[in-house]
Amino acid sequence: MNFNSQLLMELVNTYGPAGNERLIREYIIGQIKDYVDEIHIDELGNLIARKKGNGKKIMIAAHMDQIGLMVTHIDDKGFLRFTNVGGISPYITLSQQVQFENGTIGIISAEPIDNIAKLKLSNMFIDIGANNKEEAEEKISIGDICVYRSQYNENDNVVFTGSLDDRIGCYVAIETIKQIKEPTNDLYFVFTVQEEVGLRGAKTSAYRIDPDIGIAIDVTGSGDTPKAKTFAVGLNKGTAIKVKDNSIITHPKLRQIMIDVAEKNDIPYQLEVLEYGGTDSGAIHLTKSGVPTGAISIPTRYIHSTVEMVSKSDVQNSIKLLTKVLELQFDF
Amino acid sequence: MLLKRLTEAAGVSGNEKEVRDIIIEEIKDHVDELIVDRLGNVIAYKKGKEDSKKLMITAHMDEVGLMITDIDNEGLLKFTTVGGIDKRILVSKPVLIGKNKILGVIGAKPIHLQKREEWQRALNIDQLYIDIGAKNKEEAERLVNIGDYVSFDSQYIEFGDDLIKAKALDNRVGCSLLIELIKETKDIGFYGVFTVMEEIGLVGAGPAAYRVDPDISIILEGTLCYELPNMDEHLVPTSLNKGPAISIMDRTTLYDREFRDRIKKIAEKNNIPYQYRKTSMGGNDSGRIHTTKEGSITTAISVPCRNIHSPTSVMSKKDYKNTYNLLMAILSEYKKGEL
Repeated sequence: MNFNSQLLMELVNTYGPAGNERLIREYIIGQIKDYVDEIHIDELGNLIARKKGNGKKIMIAAHMDQIGLMVTHIDDKGFLRFTNVGGISPYITLSQQVQFENGTIGIISAEPIDNIAKLKLSNMFIDIGANNKEEAEEKISIGDICVYRSQYNENDNVVFTGSLDDRIGCYVAIETIKQIKEPTNDLYFVFTVQEEVGLRGAKTSAYRIDPDIGIAIDVTGSGDTPKAKTFAVGLNKGTAIKVKDNSIITHPKLRQIMIDVAEKNDIPYQLEVLEYGGTDSGAIHLTKSGVPTGAISIPTRYIHSTVEMVSKSDVQNSIKLLTKVLELQFDF
Repeated sequence: MLLKRLTEAAGVSGNEKEVRDIIIEEIKDHVDELIVDRLGNVIAYKKGKEDSKKLMITAHMDEVGLMITDIDNEGLLKFTTVGGIDKRILVSKPVLIGKNKILGVIGAKPIHLQKREEWQRALNIDQLYIDIGAKNKEEAERLVNIGDYVSFDSQYIEFGDDLIKAKALDNRVGCSLLIELIKETKDIGFYGVFTVMEEIGLVGAGPAAYRVDPDISIILEGTLCYELPNMDEHLVPTSLNKGPAISIMDRTTLYDREFRDRIKKIAEKNNIPYQYRKTSMGGNDSGRIHTTKEGSITTAISVPCRNIHSPTSVMSKKDYKNTYNLLMAILSEYKKGEL
């Protein structure tokens, strides 16, 4: 299984902020439609792809939305004001290029401030090079969302680009779909919407599927950069099996099964105890009468920036682990 | 007048009975089904000629207020807030306590006795008390109980250029609109839902949506309005007299874009002024409704209210009328199966 750079590059470069996932959804459908038995799109826009099998009903969730900026105001000179969609840092946002769904590109700047520590999104604006309000309104409406533009780069070890959160999870899910020929279990791969604003898509899609087991595929942080906060997850040390984050303590039996599978198949892994953040697993495990749920994480540096970084071997190991886990026969 | 009766009724979160009774009395002869669910939500259904998509229109009945936590030896009452209240608005306000609506005033240390540094910041809730004029603890205990709800004592008054001052415009204005829709429409099938406990965390809306399981919902609200002469335009969330405010995003929902555009077009077609609610702060029942069960489409349409969550909220009758007109136009599109 080679690293599919082309697929990942297209995934991260396809527009799809929370609340407006149409383009990324269409792209993913194009990639998976020949490998799945059923495709359903629900009211919120979740993409639910089923690979039929006779075993347990397993929901595998990777969120396809990305963070973005929503336009709230267009001034007389054609400058756009905005609010954040998901976790956006003003410092990272300053001087970025952004792109709208219709291809319009803008750059982000700020009103003059004496102290950079006072930088706030409400003091910043998007300049799309329009001469006045009317010209801006031909291209942009209030409520439109833009995303950071970034360049895809990789070397032998790592990929660095924006939107790896969570297009890398989508990548793992898509490659796993292609690996599995004869599913042991009844697999529902869900490319969820609106994770970045509160796990909203996972909540409604899990309700529909009512799975026996849930597995989220998402990025996690890393503790291996200079003076990073203590966190025993690093790049190139294997796929990460989640123990907890702020949304879930993973199901102990399912977690142990994942560990056993990794050990048995010589798949490098690390255990993730994350003290902040959440994943779709948090919404899935509380669905209906409760769902045993775990998560496979891809260690990632510089999350929510335009230069997020993952290790290619960690990604490959995540696919291996997920594929092997899905082949098991479960007794719960 | 309906909005006067609604705003002068007491209905702090969890204690909506007075408001609910008015609503039921108003709508009972105009609906085909009416239930009060186990949390106290009013769920009414009006049959239509044919129902394509299941439409739910909601407004929360509750308002922010206070609750008595203790009675001290002098007969003064300590209290806590129910819902989001700015402590700076509390001092010297008249309030009504409990079922018997005992009059009290919120007291504090006089300015003469405050230290200079105390002038610089708002008094904390624990430095305030409610005085009901009781001689002592025993007398106070005969009149009020710990756990009693407290609502602001504020009359509905019309003033200025078609403006209204009242308490609880958030969200009796939504209740009033929904009551009028229920009474005035014919042959349009929809659920009219009046929810409880929105102000303390969207509590009633989830169970109501679970029962109704709507395809589309319209959430009616009174929303924040704040405009000062020197404010940057982009920081003004909504303005008075610019029509109903359509939400784009808040802390609880990213509103469906296609549905929002549809409503915008309906407003334009009917020459009804509208504005966008230009802030992502705050939230409403949509947050629970759109993620219930398999998920559904929502929009929030609000009447701008200055001094929201205070005894002296202010709204415009023109905005009310335009919001009503927009809702009627939406329902007429819905009737044609074009929503």
